[in-house]
Amino acid sequence: MVTIKLNRLEVQVEEGWTILEAAEFYGIEIPTLCHHDGLSDYGACRLCIVEIGEGKDAKFVSSCTYPVEEGLVVRTHSKKIINYRKLIIELMLARCHTSKTIQDLASKYNVTSVRFKLKSDDCILCGLCTRMCEEQMDARAIGFVNRGKERKITTPFDIKSDVCRTCGACMYICPACELRCQGPEPPGVVCGGCLNIEYPCLDVYEDVNCYLDPCAACLLEESRKNKSTSNTEEKNVFNKD
Amino acid sequence: MNMRFPGICEFESLCGKIRESKKDESSELCLIVSSGTCGQAKGSLAVIDALEKSLKKHNLDKKVDIRITGCHGFCQVEPIVIVNPKNIFYQSVKPEDAKEIVSETIINKKVIDRLLYVDPKTGKKIKHEKDIPFYQKQVRALLANNVLIDPTKIEDYIGIKGYAALCEVLKTMKAEEVIYEVKKSGLRGRGGAGFPTGLKWEFCRKAKGDVKYIVCNADEGDPGAYMNRSLLEGNPHSVLEGMLIGAYAIGSSEGFIYVRHEYPLAVKNVKIAITQMEEYGLLGKGILGTDFNFDIEVITGAGAFVCGEETALIASIEGKKGEPRQRPPFPAQKGIWRKPTNINNVETWANIPLIINKGAEWFSEIGTAKSKGTKIFSLVGKINNTGLVEVPMGITLREMVYDIGGGIPNDKKFKAVQTGGPSGGCIPEEFLDTTVDYESLEALGSIMGSGGMVVMDEDTCMVDTAKYFLEFLQEESCGKCLTCREGIERLLEILNRITEGTGKEQDIELLKELGELVKDTSMCGLGQTAPNPLLSTIKYFKDEYMAHIRDKKCTAGICRALVEYFIIADKCTGCGACMKVCPEEAILGEKKKSYIIDQSKCIKCGICFETCKFDAVVKR
Repeated sequence: MVTIKLNRLEVQVEEGWTILEAAEFYGIEIPTLCHHDGLSDYGACRLCIVEIGEGKDAKFVSSCTYPVEEGLVVRTHSKKIINYRKLIIELMLARCHTSKTIQDLASKYNVTSVRFKLKSDDCILCGLCTRMCEEQMDARAIGFVNRGKERKITTPFDIKSDVCRTCGACMYICPACELRCQGPEPPGVVCGGCLNIEYPCLDVYEDVNCYLDPCAACLLEESRKNKSTSNTEEKNVFNKD
Repeated sequence: MNMRFPGICEFESLCGKIRESKKDESSELCLIVSSGTCGQAKGSLAVIDALEKSLKKHNLDKKVDIRITGCHGFCQVEPIVIVNPKNIFYQSVKPEDAKEIVSETIINKKVIDRLLYVDPKTGKKIKHEKDIPFYQKQVRALLANNVLIDPTKIEDYIGIKGYAALCEVLKTMKAEEVIYEVKKSGLRGRGGAGFPTGLKWEFCRKAKGDVKYIVCNADEGDPGAYMNRSLLEGNPHSVLEGMLIGAYAIGSSEGFIYVRHEYPLAVKNVKIAITQMEEYGLLGKGILGTDFNFDIEVITGAGAFVCGEETALIASIEGKKGEPRQRPPFPAQKGIWRKPTNINNVETWANIPLIINKGAEWFSEIGTAKSKGTKIFSLVGKINNTGLVEVPMGITLREMVYDIGGGIPNDKKFKAVQTGGPSGGCIPEEFLDTTVDYESLEALGSIMGSGGMVVMDEDTCMVDTAKYFLEFLQEESCGKCLTCREGIERLLEILNRITEGTGKEQDIELLKELGELVKDTSMCGLGQTAPNPLLSTIKYFKDEYMAHIRDKKCTAGICRALVEYFIIADKCTGCGACMKVCPEEAILGEKKKSYIIDQSKCIKCGICFETCKFDAVVKR
């Protein structure tokens, strides 16, 4: 067991865990996209970034790949992180706005507009499918080709692969395959429909303390009420650090 | 030839003999021709050919030696021929000059004035290399050796005290002592991040593992930077000796040199050097009779910029796609094939023999409190003396630009200097007195990097500069992590908007916000430093961005969409030259009367501007 400081709380965690696992264990929700419990970690979507260290040495790392170590100081929901996550979701939306998973993330994290030119790509390049194909299906039929802007996932030489068994596991795990619902807004913008169906916060019950973050339902209501006042602190239970 | 030595003493006695014979040679006639890649590009091979022919003609080819060396640093005046023993420095030599050099300088012992370097400030002709202002403020601890040796001859390197450091280490030092010495010297990684080398070695030495690897990172990919290439081409043995000492200290028995395929001469010279070392028994099992084993393999990379990043380089050596991964585990814990690996830059390795030979104290005397030793920069861009310069840490940028670099050509005004390759920031004139060291440059939003230094003059548009470097990085980003891939692409999208005159004022805030995101949250060094040129130009040249956005003006006249060409009627002589060259037939008028440009047809190619001899075409 090692002791780490998680959002100013000293906690004991199992050695060998990642920060993400430790946070999950203590009920702190860190959003992820390219992480899957059954696959190796990749650290590509950057959505699960957390801030480690203090003062000048503080830096941002992907929590899905960073192992816990004795005395590690972690902040999962500082103001900066929340803003960064929103911007990352905005970048994702700008690339693949047709994905339901990404639209849901946008509603959950209150991303309401996209300031970039919309592309209609159907792949977010999270690499879940290639890892699924290699690690779970033992096929290695697809992989990344090219680099940078040209990067894409395909079979070797873009032709039908001999080793592909058309099992469909890649599609099963893909976060971009499932299309967004046709919400109240026309396609091409953030649908935001799911913002209205946030589940109620647990703290409405007298004997249960709310520990879920970001559940946001209550805070959202509050922030709607105080729209005129500063809204930077909204939805942020742990940002006192 | 295979001459393995049973012990260090035998090798040392041979080295002694070689050094003695070299001493005798130093008074003999010798023509030194610099022929690195830069020299060859300017025609040094033809010069060598011509020199050989004219020597033969005078039956001197047995008496006069031609030493073909690597780059001497002063690339602006290549090809350079130095005539020994009097050290007469001839610059910009052409094959036609060979005859005269042989007949005048070698036979008649006369100096050819025409080929001497002229100091542009005083107009005086300079006979010796050391008197040229370009060399005077430099401390050429590493580069000076390039002049002295033929990189394809191990004897030349031994002649300048080569492999003395290795003998010293094997004979008298324990591994820990070597590490202590390197730590004491204060040497920091020359690849860019500036991590203390001794500490890095110690991590790797202490890491658990039976097999350990060391790597020489020669994947130099910054546009306009070629320090590592020059070292590998001009003095490969210094790097290899450094690696041997490092391997001994770390406890590694296998090393790799990861060099890009675009450096054919460097690859060739390193491979020759390795063969020679094998012949001398300096590689392989039981080196010089000790129980120290070491082998080096040269791996040529396909030239991806990102492969200079440690974890990507490891993936590439393993035969995988050159993509970084998140650290930890650090390469010192799990590197190549999950074994502890130590990676250092070419220049770092080359510094090691110096530290052992001259001592850590000597090394740590050069430089500032936290940055020690010398650093090689490639000084390029709008500067009079283009070339490789080796300066002590702590020199000011102003000294580098004006004293060594000789200022800006055509009396233009200095605007900014970019340090650290494509991921460095642009430093404006008010900070020219900043010292060159890791911390000061970082405080200004730039980096030391591996040593690129690009000087820009008043004709450079800073928005366009930021765009240029981001375009390079977009191309070179591996695309694995979202913030680097999408972030840089979106930054460019906004910059394009600004240079096309459709930018909005809130774009600057968005650029900053997105730039910070890419900088803070990207996985590897490429993404983490990519926004530096952008953020630093916004910081220091915000007016220029605002001029592009608000006034739709590019003050430097670079951004095509914001520039218009006009013909001043008073100055136009009606010669019609501009009309003839215009590809779009956008220039109207009659001969001997003044012309006008039809703005609707003009594609702003600028040919008319360049063609007009009377300065009648102006950019606005």
